[in-house]
Amino acid sequence: MDSIAEKLAEKQKEISIGEFFERNKHILGFDSLTKSLVTAVKEGVDNALDACEEADILPEIIVEIEEVDDKEYMVAVEDNGPGIVKRKVPDVFAKLLYGSRFHDIRQSRGQQGIGVSAVVMYGQLSTGKGTMVRSKVKEKDYAVEMEITMDTKKNKADIVSEEVVLWDEKEHGTRFEVTLKGLLRSGDHSVFEYLKNTAIVNPHARIVFNCDGDTTVFKRATDQLPPPTVSVKPHIEGIELGTFVKMAKESDRRKATSFLVNEFSRISNRTAKEILGEAGVDDSKKPGDLSLGECKKILSATDKVKIMAPETDCLSPIRSMLIKKGLKNVLKGYRPEFYAPPTTREPCVYSGNPFQVEVGLVYGGDLPSEGSVRVLRFANRVPLLYKKSGCATTTAIKNMDWRIYGLDQRGGTGMPSGPVIILVHVASTRVPFTSEAKEAIADIPEVVEEIERGLRECARHMRTHLNKEKRRKKVSKKFMIVKDLLPMIAEKSALIVGKEPPPLDKVMTKIMGVVYVENTHQWNGKHCEVNIDVSNYTPRKRKLKVYMEKPYPENIALEPNIEPEHDGEYLEWQLDTLDPSAKAEIRFKFDGGIQKEDMQGVDVYIEGVKGTMLIGAEPLPDDWDVDMAEIEKE
Amino acid sequence: MEKRHKDAMENMEDIAAQFYEQLKKGTIPEMKISTRSKNNIVFDKKTGVWKYGSSKSTRSAKKLSGARMILRTLYMLDFITDMIESEKSSTLREMYYISEGWEKAKFGDQSESDRLAEDMEIVTDCLREDFKLRPEEDGARLIGDITVKERTRKGDIRKINCRDDVGDSGYTIPYNVEEDKVNFDDIGVDFVIAIETGGMFDRLVENGFDESSNSLLVHLKGQPARSTRRVIKRLNEEEGLPVVVFLDGDPWSFRIFASVAYGAINSAHLSDFLATPTAEYVGITASDILNYDLPTDKLSKTDRNALKQELEDPRFNTRFWHDEIETMLEINKKAEQQALAKYGLDFVTDVYLPEKLSELGLL
Repeated sequence: MDSIAEKLAEKQKEISIGEFFERNKHILGFDSLTKSLVTAVKEGVDNALDACEEADILPEIIVEIEEVDDKEYMVAVEDNGPGIVKRKVPDVFAKLLYGSRFHDIRQSRGQQGIGVSAVVMYGQLSTGKGTMVRSKVKEKDYAVEMEITMDTKKNKADIVSEEVVLWDEKEHGTRFEVTLKGLLRSGDHSVFEYLKNTAIVNPHARIVFNCDGDTTVFKRATDQLPPPTVSVKPHIEGIELGTFVKMAKESDRRKATSFLVNEFSRISNRTAKEILGEAGVDDSKKPGDLSLGECKKILSATDKVKIMAPETDCLSPIRSMLIKKGLKNVLKGYRPEFYAPPTTREPCVYSGNPFQVEVGLVYGGDLPSEGSVRVLRFANRVPLLYKKSGCATTTAIKNMDWRIYGLDQRGGTGMPSGPVIILVHVASTRVPFTSEAKEAIADIPEVVEEIERGLRECARHMRTHLNKEKRRKKVSKKFMIVKDLLPMIAEKSALIVGKEPPPLDKVMTKIMGVVYVENTHQWNGKHCEVNIDVSNYTPRKRKLKVYMEKPYPENIALEPNIEPEHDGEYLEWQLDTLDPSAKAEIRFKFDGGIQKEDMQGVDVYIEGVKGTMLIGAEPLPDDWDVDMAEIEKE
Repeated sequence: MEKRHKDAMENMEDIAAQFYEQLKKGTIPEMKISTRSKNNIVFDKKTGVWKYGSSKSTRSAKKLSGARMILRTLYMLDFITDMIESEKSSTLREMYYISEGWEKAKFGDQSESDRLAEDMEIVTDCLREDFKLRPEEDGARLIGDITVKERTRKGDIRKINCRDDVGDSGYTIPYNVEEDKVNFDDIGVDFVIAIETGGMFDRLVENGFDESSNSLLVHLKGQPARSTRRVIKRLNEEEGLPVVVFLDGDPWSFRIFASVAYGAINSAHLSDFLATPTAEYVGITASDILNYDLPTDKLSKTDRNALKQELEDPRFNTRFWHDEIETMLEINKKAEQQALAKYGLDFVTDVYLPEKLSELGLL
């Protein structure tokens, strides 16, 4: 009689990768027909963007979707990346866990190397069809075209056909076409939404989407490529025991100290000795000889030794200006009334992994004011469309009391509502996803806290905007009183009593009670003409001083009607005393070297009146002089 | 020009002069007017009605709404003085349409201009009839053995017996019921019954209740017009007829009663002129709902809120009203007058009213 072990042994056999795939569809992003289509596009586009950026090429990406049969779609993704050399094509497209970034610690879109080969496999499993790949490298004047299928037992590619073709319209690039079962939907979880959001955080990419004959082009908003990300050594606080053991075994360092110093970041010779001392491990032991127990001790010793946080210059945030451009580029159809200056937080660390949070916020215009705010989530520049409720971004938003920033929120917790789109980007060498499907960011306290800080910064800007808006409305009401109603009251009452209408200056200033500043500029060829009008609608005489930030420090006012001082960072005008109801006009130009962007957010400050009585400009900050003095000292 | 119109004109010119002087002195124009809310009505012991108290609201041109009201006031008084000078009159609705041409001073809807016309009465201490303004709708109707002498359009006096000289719909109360227009000649009835709904009015007419009880039936048509309230007041005051009020049993009917008997919050400046403090409420009361086991509807949320507000209303601050209101809240039910038909068409005239009226000593 066979032993139980023997019986079991009969059942124990290698499972094929195909079976593995079938069972784990959900972690690979193929658990529904709609999602499969999005995943296929996503993997292709992520690869394309990564490839272009690594080769320092401005990405031009074409995505095509065509329904070829009932619930069967041809999906093509084409890029202008460096191309793939012929012999590597089968591995890149049809070998799971193959990739250039798997062992690399750096911020990148794809990480596990499952990506595009999973798409090839899904296509094959769902329709029986292979994938067409065409690629051209710069050095060759022809492209290679292959049809590939996957040998799911051996985890390798079978080349069905292979030929050399001309691809004259492309200097270099890659295109693949895969046929798969799917379902084309619109809405929050659609291919369109994915590409739109991709365009927001990748303003350097031009993306053409050709969907069953309809073409959408997401234009490029900047020619500036994101700076290349760099690989870094791992930080010991973020390492798992298994990886540590493996690194030790494979290390060719001769001593444990040099192993720690050279293969991990931020460990000096002294720190290494301190760690080993704390762990009770001999300094000079060969790393290959470290036992499992010793490795464990070393890792737990790192808790007691102060180690510098990992370097964070390996991260590549999008940066404020480009987030704003990306948002404007894609959202301009909504004509939002306010873009909060996007926030790029300083890099931080969670369990040894550097990460960085960026937040953007858009308010008003034609955005729907009913219902919850919309959230655009990104990890390493990749949009996250699924599992919103389980995401750290959602947790951070729900934690905050948005009512103090001017949004509706029931009970001061949960999703706020209002005409708002919030963008959250988390960049990291290792984004803490909740699962391998990479659909949501885990609620790591450090990460949630950073997101919340970023949100608060943007929310404060929104509140300031809303308050200004409120005050502006209040003042425009007062303008209506003094400009329209009061003269009519005077005229009508004079008519009835049969006298001349009385002068109204005094009453007008009593009603307004503000100094009103209008700061406008217009472009005349390359010159920027600036007008600053200061009206004293207060019942008192006012001696006012006007300050204007120079768009960049060397700017001076040309042809000013009132000569300013311009020694410092600001242009300064001392106005003559303004009587009630009187107005002063400042007129000048900036020269041709100035860009439109330079004029954005250039503020005017007024000295000589309380902030509460000032509209259209900022009061001079109290610490103004202190700031100036400090700058001079340095 | 009659003196009442001349006085009105002078009073209005004073208001314009006040704004003019304020502007000339360099102060922000403003006007003060009695606060028209239930917190500012007080009981006048001498006349037994509720009037505005001493609390005043200020309309200042400092605020957009205040500036607009001041401008509207000026336009309206200009319009009225013009009208008086040219010997014309207009309806409130006509004035509202004319105000369409007042640019920045025009109204959002007619209720705003109607309300401002009332404000003008308050600040000038005049009646809107003095302004030559009249409502567009007529007063309601009455049936019963009284004879009125009405001055017709042609200027002669016509005698009309409100039982024998009229059809089934009765005598229609004109908008002006002052002595220059309407007077009472022969009074053959013992008291007046004011009725809320047309259905019940017609029921009592069909059942001949005016004759069998020797009463005058007055249809209120919901919240009664000024002329209706004025006629009731004059019958009570000049002819000494007791007045009873017969309404639905719900919070809104309680308010109708208050405006007939105590004076309305919106026109408390006219209470002396319009309110009949000795009027008695016959029903439907909350107790009637229980005693007669009437068919009911559940109180809505607005009904309940209205009742709760009435508990705060000084006019209802009596033992009787608090009992009734609290009972209604407790049983959470309301009933219409016509719910009495549960016991047959004659029940109201054979049983209900005779019972209630004998309690009051009128039958």
